[in-house]
Amino acid sequence: MKDDIILETRGLTKHYGGVHALEDANFVLRNGEHVAIVGDNGAGKSTFVRQITAVEQRTRGDVIFDGKPVSFGGPLEAREAGIETVFQDLALADDLDVPDNIFLGREKTKANWLGPFRILDYKAMRQATLEGLEKTAVKIPNIANTIRNMSGGQRQCVAIARTASFQAKLTIMDEPTAALGVQETAMVENIIRTLKEAGQPLIIISHNMRQVFDLADRIVVFRRGRIAANLTKDQTDPQDIVQYITGAKTGEGYEDAA
Amino acid sequence: MTDTSHGIGGLSFDTRKRTRPPELNVFFALIGIVVIFEALGYLLQGQSFLFDSADRFPSIFNEARLKIIILQVAIVGIIALGSTQVIISHGIDLSPGSVVGLTAMVAMSFAQTATVNGNPNPKAIFGDWAMDLPVIAPIVVGLAIGFGAGLVNGLLIAYTRIPPFIATLGMMVAARGAAKWWSKGRPISFPTEEFTWIGNGLGGWMPVVIFIGLAILFMLVLKYTVYGKHTYAIGSNEAAARMSGINVERHKVLVYVIAGMLASLAALVLASKNLTAQAGMGVMYELDAIAMTVIGGVSLNGGRGSVIGTVLGALIFGVIISGFTFLKLDAYYQEMVKGAIIVAAVVLDQWRQQRQSARS
Repeated sequence: MKDDIILETRGLTKHYGGVHALEDANFVLRNGEHVAIVGDNGAGKSTFVRQITAVEQRTRGDVIFDGKPVSFGGPLEAREAGIETVFQDLALADDLDVPDNIFLGREKTKANWLGPFRILDYKAMRQATLEGLEKTAVKIPNIANTIRNMSGGQRQCVAIARTASFQAKLTIMDEPTAALGVQETAMVENIIRTLKEAGQPLIIISHNMRQVFDLADRIVVFRRGRIAANLTKDQTDPQDIVQYITGAKTGEGYEDAA
Repeated sequence: MTDTSHGIGGLSFDTRKRTRPPELNVFFALIGIVVIFEALGYLLQGQSFLFDSADRFPSIFNEARLKIIILQVAIVGIIALGSTQVIISHGIDLSPGSVVGLTAMVAMSFAQTATVNGNPNPKAIFGDWAMDLPVIAPIVVGLAIGFGAGLVNGLLIAYTRIPPFIATLGMMVAARGAAKWWSKGRPISFPTEEFTWIGNGLGGWMPVVIFIGLAILFMLVLKYTVYGKHTYAIGSNEAAARMSGINVERHKVLVYVIAGMLASLAALVLASKNLTAQAGMGVMYELDAIAMTVIGGVSLNGGRGSVIGTVLGALIFGVIISGFTFLKLDAYYQEMVKGAIIVAAVVLDQWRQQRQSARS
């Protein structure tokens, strides 16, 4: 059972000067599991994710990924290790097209001896993009279109398709549907279900209770920088979760957060 | 993948193709301006602007005019290639004009010939040791100055996070000062035969050959290399580029270093062409280069534009200058029209962006 754990954090802590944004977070994610992280604004959800993906450097604590303690120097290292992140504010370059964005920062290249001037392998990237889109069942009519010309849902799909184009061991999504309409949200949720079927472990941050209960196996509640509860879906219901979020209740074993 | 169809959740996708490339608009503008000068030429001068109406040349074109048009923008055009990639990365470089001055002075000091008409070089800056050096010496020294200036610009911009406008404004003032200090304001002249060739070789076509050669090189670099892709990515969305793992700081340093080296290359060509170097060389070149770039459709907001656009922008510049001379109109009008075209180009770019963001 222990080998099953893809990600574990022990005592993960982040202080911004005097602000304790994240305090002593102990968290476990198993292979194939989809976990939702919920909590009020400023509860530490995004901070927690940023420490795992090394967008920021943690104050203290351990991150154990794929059986090994890790300390990534930056998001690229985390990504190379197999952690793919779909950021809240869509980390896409508007003026580039779909394959360019999917491969941004890790282009397929030829003539690598040219250093920064190595040649882009457009054909291979286009091919891999089409395969990635197929895997996630994302339909984008013309991948040579720049992101600027796409709808919010399509943009989000491109961001998610990134994760499928590379063999991610763990996918993290920070409010992937916050900016989307009803239909586009449905589209993104469908993609998340295909990831579930494929056995891809996932952490999703969301404010949407319906979505959380639709997609996640387990729900972790953050409150004022601490984990306040850790519940499987069948142990709880939306009203119950709201009580944990607001502080009316605190989970067993998480009394520190009270 | 070209089916329009419906995606998941019954959402229909936007199937519009890429919008018309802005370079095409620039090309039409170039054609339009040429047509205007043709018409005015027949009206006011009774002769053609671009075509060989007096049958002086083997082809149907007025080859002398074509040569002038491209020759007079070639040197600033080399700088504009640097400005293009700087502006695509959402930066700006105000220092090239001054870097041209400084590079010309220093490089010329190492390009001097020992004897002029049997007498010792009257403009000698250094002693005999710096006379009649192989041409590689001024080239290396000159490029090193561009490298150094670009490196300082890049490091300031990337690591102190001051706006590129301020960092390169500082370099603009400082490099001009250094150019004047170098020989206490005296011009430096009488280069070696070899050095003279850089700006006058191939029947005077050397500047054009260098400009076009570099334009093709940078067109390929921006379109087909990782360097180019990251330049567009940083200009388009710097935060996204950083999150994607691009070393944004290092890349910016490289962008400004290349711009600086292109400026010093332009200086070598200019000093060689003029057979002399003066501290005031290259004044306003950076603004002309930025103007060519912007007229060519490179967006000041970064992320968009191309070398082809800049080359077309440079040609528009050349056509306007030659056109006014051809019509025997005062240079004053020329500058006024140039100013109006620069502003018009930026206004058009803004409109284009607003239209696009309104659609998406």
